[in-house]
Amino acid sequence: MATFKLNGQEKSFDGDQAIPALWYLRDIAGLTGTKFGCGVAACGACTIHLDGDAVRACQTPMSAVADKSITTIEGLDPNGNHPLQVAWRDLNVPQCGYCQAGQIMQAAALLKDKPQPTNADIDEAMFGNICRCGTYQRIRAAIHQASKGG
Amino acid sequence: MTHIINVSRREILKGAAAGGLALSIGIPPPNAALAAEPKYGADGMPHGWVNDPRVFVGVASDGTVSIVCHRSEMGQGVRTGMPLIVADEMEADWSKVKIVQAPGDEVAFGNQDTDGSRSTRHFMRPMRQCGAAARMMLEAAAAKKWGVDVGDVEAKNNEVINKKSGAKLGYGELAADAAKMPVPAADALKLKSPEAFRYIGKEGAKIVDGFDITTGRARYGQDVLLPGMKFAVIARPPVMGGKVKTYNEPAAMAVPGVVKVVTIPAPDLPSAFLPVGGVAVVADNTYAAIKGREALGVTWDDGPHAVYDSVAYRKDLEETARKPGLVVRKDGDFDAALKGAAKTIEAEYYVPHLAHATMEPPAATAVVKDGSCEVWTSVQSPQAAHDLCAKATGIAPEKVKVNVTLLGGGFGRKSKPDFAVEAALIAKAMDGVPVKVVWTREDDIRNGYYHTVSLERLVAGLDASGKTVAWLHNSTAPTILALFAPDPKHEMPIELGMGLVDNPFAVPNMRMENGEAPAHTRIGWYRSVSNISHAFAIQSFAGELAAAAGKDQKDYLLDLIGPARIVDANKAVENFWDYGENVAVYPIDTGRLRKVVELVADKGEWGRKLPARHGLGIAAHRSFTTYVAVIVEAAVDDAGKLSIPRVDIAIDPGHFVNPDRIRSQLQGAVIMGIGLAMSSQITYKNGRVVQSNFDDYLVTRMPDMPQVTNVHITPADYKLPPGGVGEPGVPPVAPALTNAIFAAIGKRIRTLPIGAQLKA
Repeated sequence: MATFKLNGQEKSFDGDQAIPALWYLRDIAGLTGTKFGCGVAACGACTIHLDGDAVRACQTPMSAVADKSITTIEGLDPNGNHPLQVAWRDLNVPQCGYCQAGQIMQAAALLKDKPQPTNADIDEAMFGNICRCGTYQRIRAAIHQASKGG
Repeated sequence: MTHIINVSRREILKGAAAGGLALSIGIPPPNAALAAEPKYGADGMPHGWVNDPRVFVGVASDGTVSIVCHRSEMGQGVRTGMPLIVADEMEADWSKVKIVQAPGDEVAFGNQDTDGSRSTRHFMRPMRQCGAAARMMLEAAAAKKWGVDVGDVEAKNNEVINKKSGAKLGYGELAADAAKMPVPAADALKLKSPEAFRYIGKEGAKIVDGFDITTGRARYGQDVLLPGMKFAVIARPPVMGGKVKTYNEPAAMAVPGVVKVVTIPAPDLPSAFLPVGGVAVVADNTYAAIKGREALGVTWDDGPHAVYDSVAYRKDLEETARKPGLVVRKDGDFDAALKGAAKTIEAEYYVPHLAHATMEPPAATAVVKDGSCEVWTSVQSPQAAHDLCAKATGIAPEKVKVNVTLLGGGFGRKSKPDFAVEAALIAKAMDGVPVKVVWTREDDIRNGYYHTVSLERLVAGLDASGKTVAWLHNSTAPTILALFAPDPKHEMPIELGMGLVDNPFAVPNMRMENGEAPAHTRIGWYRSVSNISHAFAIQSFAGELAAAAGKDQKDYLLDLIGPARIVDANKAVENFWDYGENVAVYPIDTGRLRKVVELVADKGEWGRKLPARHGLGIAAHRSFTTYVAVIVEAAVDDAGKLSIPRVDIAIDPGHFVNPDRIRSQLQGAVIMGIGLAMSSQITYKNGRVVQSNFDDYLVTRMPDMPQVTNVHITPADYKLPPGGVGEPGVPPVAPALTNAIFAAIGKRIRTLPIGAQLKA
């Protein structure tokens, strides 16, 4: 039995502790904002925060979240108004949108570490997040915009 | 609030019975005026178009305007674009517009096949007509209420104004009366003049799903959740046409959480959009289903396509392309002209299979209960999904409903609804329990419908001045037709028409040929389809000819294109296919192609001074009735590492709805074009796809993107019909990049992907 925090709420899970947080979140907790893209930590679509660090939910077994705090895209900001979310909408970043929750979660962790990232910082932090629609240019612009406080 | 929306005929009738305050009150009568129009564009598609406002528009008593989007959203912006057209013509206040996604029902909504870069091209007119008709019905209702002539009222921003008295009535107040007004005939509609447009062609629209996407609320096919549902993954044959030999059901059932094992029959080939068959494991969650599948230990009868080997197949393609092929276009006398030429240039280009690799792997949820079937899925072709689910389950078509979620990318993959059929078949075995079929990334990479593999052989003769006087292009590639017909020998007009036989160059002696090539895997359409390989070859070869003639690439390309004129493709090519359009409406206009070349050369500062080992490359291509030209600046360092400091891309789509989504589509096309040029490829060994996931099927990542991408859109020309936007950006990107590499370091890339070819 693991107890942990999910978007600020106390939770417990007594099922198979090997199950990746990805499938716990999506199939059991009903939080589908965290996307399934590859299952092998090669695309970043399932990025969540574990005690504030960006991790791939597909490679995070539930045994690893015990006593920790998970934040998903649904919990990033109570009103969906994190500076990144605002910038993302302002610049019409998404195309299909499927990867964008993972992109935003990855970028949010970057901004916490580096509030004023350079292009090189952004490339390095976002390398693991694939967007097949090709929104990278706008993602980079939105991160810069959010880093300047919108 | 009473808010009746009209999402299907059934619900339209339901709304009427409930006395709802909506425009939707009856089944639209056939429209005689439309029936008389020529069959091309949307009208030439299955189920044509519907332009009845009662189908697409609802107004609630609070003034909320519901607009139905009947096309699938996969990132191209159609859920924003289509409603913007309706809202503009009907003078709706965009802030009061709600979007309703149509289920698969083409009889009700018209063609829903969201591919071929067709949505704006085909539905600009009917959506404008819908909006205009709704506006006129609202105006008529207001005029009647005030007892004035309809000429004395005017709709403006969700209100109708009495021009004499200045009185106003909101759309919500008029909705019930407007619903009783006759729908104006198509020829009586007063469409806005373009100067009066508020949304069409204008900047500023935010995508309608922006909030949901950025907060995790957006629902894709992978995200459908229903009470009590189960989750399934499927072990599918690794070779096309393969069948299950043995599997260990008890082992799978022993995995905790697994509840059922269901076999899916293998189809006969050609299998079109049917599932490939296999064994499904159904479980309480996706993880348990995946573990159960691992335990199945399926063995396969591979069948004859286990011979497929990409290395050997390339040799076959080369041999075929070097022999005379089926002549598919002939102008003048190539052989005689080549004999008389001062210089002969030959080159062969190779483009491998590609997988769509949409960020959302295919997924579908179905429930089969009480003799009916309901499906929720991310498909580009909801009507095909509907029909195939009905057929596969044996459930009457009117008892099958396909709901369309958002699509996490499409690129043509989700035109093929095999995954929806899988869900319906498994659900049928589940006693009313809903089940979601989840494709893993490995499933997606290994059981897709792949972009063809092609060998393009070009031969040209140059005269003493360097002008091209003879042009031979042999294109040899397995055809998409192999999905639908047994063992076809040649490509179809729709493939040949994508860049091969519609070549616009002003070369007097041209011959285009198509060699025979068998298909050993499912060949499907991938964003921009055969244009990818044709444009790569033709535009690379144009660069090679410029170099051979000692001329500037851009000048030489313009010389090849020749003077502004209409290319009479119907005369040059038997059964010419112009993207399903009438060539009188969408001619091949070299003037427009020249214009985008000149525009990109100007804005992209062609000829600018560059550092050492940097180079500029240019390419231009017409596809999906739209004209695109690209300039890429490439830089190759001493170690052979490629980077792209800048890209300029110019587009002439005629007229259009949403310039922001044109920019986003072209920015994305540049990224996809760079990815397929630099690193993407699917290869086969023993009939099996070698790659499996994003660690070996490589796509563009952020550090590979151009440091700058500038998009240049020609101003909307309302004398021209709207063209496609989703696909035409892709084809010229790869050859512009390889032309730039040649300019930078003198190395000519003829095989994609570039991979390690530049390494020192």
